[in-house]
Amino acid sequence: MTQAVATHEQYEADFRKLQESRSSDPGWLKDLRNAAFGRFQEIGFPVARKGNELWKYTDVRPLAAETFPQPAGVPASVDAAQVFPFDDGMARVAFVDGRFSQELSTPLPDGLVAMSLAQAYTEHSDDVQRHLSQHAPYADEGFTALNTAFLADGAFVLSEGAVQTPLHIVYVTTGRVVTHPRTLIVGRPTSELSVVESYVSATGGKHFTNSVTEVALEEGAQVTHRRLLIENQEAYHVATTRVHQSRDSVYRSLVYEAGGGLVRNDLTVLLDAEGAEAHLKGLYVTAGKQHVDNNVNIDHAKPHGYSRLYYKGIVDEQSKAVFGGLVLVRPGADKTDAYQEDKNLILSHEAEVDSKPALEIYADDVKAGHGATAGAIADEALFYMQSRGIDPEQAMLFLVRGFVSEILDSVTIEPLREWLVERTTQALPRFREAA
Amino acid sequence: MADLLLEVRDLHVAVGDNEILKGLSLAVNKGEVHAIMGPNGSGKSTLANVVAGKPGYTVTAGDVLYEGESILTKLPDERARAGIFLALQYPVELPGVRNRDFLRAALDALRESRGEDKVGIRDFNKLMQAKAEELGLEPDMMKRNVNEGFSGGEKKRNEILQLVVLDPTLALLDETDSGLDIDALKVVAEGVNRFGGPEKAIVLVTHYQRILDYITPDFVHVLIDGRIVRSGGRELALELEKRGYDWLREEAQAGAAPSA
Repeated sequence: MTQAVATHEQYEADFRKLQESRSSDPGWLKDLRNAAFGRFQEIGFPVARKGNELWKYTDVRPLAAETFPQPAGVPASVDAAQVFPFDDGMARVAFVDGRFSQELSTPLPDGLVAMSLAQAYTEHSDDVQRHLSQHAPYADEGFTALNTAFLADGAFVLSEGAVQTPLHIVYVTTGRVVTHPRTLIVGRPTSELSVVESYVSATGGKHFTNSVTEVALEEGAQVTHRRLLIENQEAYHVATTRVHQSRDSVYRSLVYEAGGGLVRNDLTVLLDAEGAEAHLKGLYVTAGKQHVDNNVNIDHAKPHGYSRLYYKGIVDEQSKAVFGGLVLVRPGADKTDAYQEDKNLILSHEAEVDSKPALEIYADDVKAGHGATAGAIADEALFYMQSRGIDPEQAMLFLVRGFVSEILDSVTIEPLREWLVERTTQALPRFREAA
Repeated sequence: MADLLLEVRDLHVAVGDNEILKGLSLAVNKGEVHAIMGPNGSGKSTLANVVAGKPGYTVTAGDVLYEGESILTKLPDERARAGIFLALQYPVELPGVRNRDFLRAALDALRESRGEDKVGIRDFNKLMQAKAEELGLEPDMMKRNVNEGFSGGEKKRNEILQLVVLDPTLALLDETDSGLDIDALKVVAEGVNRFGGPEKAIVLVTHYQRILDYITPDFVHVLIDGRIVRSGGRELALELEKRGYDWLREEAQAGAAPSA
């Protein structure tokens, strides 16, 4: 316990330093940070204990007990082609150790605003104040409170009209530090936007990423949001994504996880007006001693909502994956149509999956369903391929690629899709030589 | 016997504690078509599966030789690369694996093992399209996932497509005829006949003699309770069609009793 206290002292010292160093920030922002830090001190990190269903399978004590310094000095230079070689044809906004990097960022297409939050506080003050910290409340969320307390830089994205070029927001970590990346994406009415939000490590070794992303879809907006977690195998990564959907908006999400040592991904999509539509896909690939926990909530608050969740996982070696999904249909959200499914492929006897999709329905005339499966590669399938002359390793590779194709085929950016297919098999040590 | 391709010697096979094959012997020469007939549960599919190397069977005695060598310790893919092909009774669905990619990978695996170059994409497409057309398969089917959403007849035709594209030496056809209507049966039989020849051998496992109207066997073997109880020519199949299997079962039991 003394460790944890020491950690909090470190966070407090760093917080004071931040507030002093950013004295020119707007008053509302400094107040927000203050309130959030106060709340973090009261609630701390969530605890895996009986009765706390949301954190039942994921113990964050290792992360809470360790102190990571704030990034200091000039960030190391980053070779884009080496560290994130998958964004050909995209516009890019880059952050290194939590700070905006002009050098790694590219010009933007028409209709797209993408900049450092630090710049947006003044240039897009109205939009920022209307949305920032409005969708990701911190009152009951220790990690969000901490992120908000350290709110300084981050990404601000605003789309108007149909933006053809996909935007890549990349957060690179270059050493043993803690970062609190913050992203705010606003889709203006009837705009269309495709965003890739990625987290990568430039080096090996532990670091801690505590990200919060807010996505606001205004009326009829369409946002495709692909979140890639490809940090190194020792990284601690806690992600909180909160999506707010207005009338007739369409949110498409891909959560791709093939990295990180201890990972928790929290995604909540609030369908807060009639006719909102959400398509959520996910793929997690774990090996070694990785622990990856996805907690997804779909909150149907208004009638005529439509949601589809389809997550898949491949777990190998001694890794562990957790999927917790809740579809909530609130009173009055009649005629909701919701389905969620989580399918897992278990490649090792020592790997573990805890999957528990759930439904809570308080409205009428609702179509809703859920499913979860976990199993090994079917012997029948393996034999069938072998009986055609294909050796077992290649047959396995075929079947694994087949398994993930249902998710990755939704990636319409072809070079990215190809890179993800490759990355998926490379994330599994058994295929590293075969592929 | 320079042409001896497959030799099954006094083969005993069990699944768990249950003995399925109880001393089966069979010799297949190149250029021959053998039909294995018998009632359900007699061990016909077991024979085909054991020759192809499907896991789950225990060979308790006897041997299987292919081109003069025992193959029992070889993996299914090694047997396939040696020239053995099994058309499955129930072809397996492979979610997310495209039919075209699967077939091409299989062809490449065979070619590589023979020291040949991989097949060029254009040559492969040409070959595949020509063969698919012969079998009355929609070109679109090659883009779909292997057997996923295929009708029973499409699955069987897809097996025969693999047979004619991969062009093995020994084809084991496990009830390829069941579930096919007469038109589909003719198409499948034509495919098998085109495959056959003096350098090939076909072992046709079937419950019905119907397919033998289109694929003429040189030998018909009747398998009952794990043993071949009678072998004959084409006429044996016709006799079975008329009389069923019971008379052979009774004969076999009568014959087996004194020696037991």
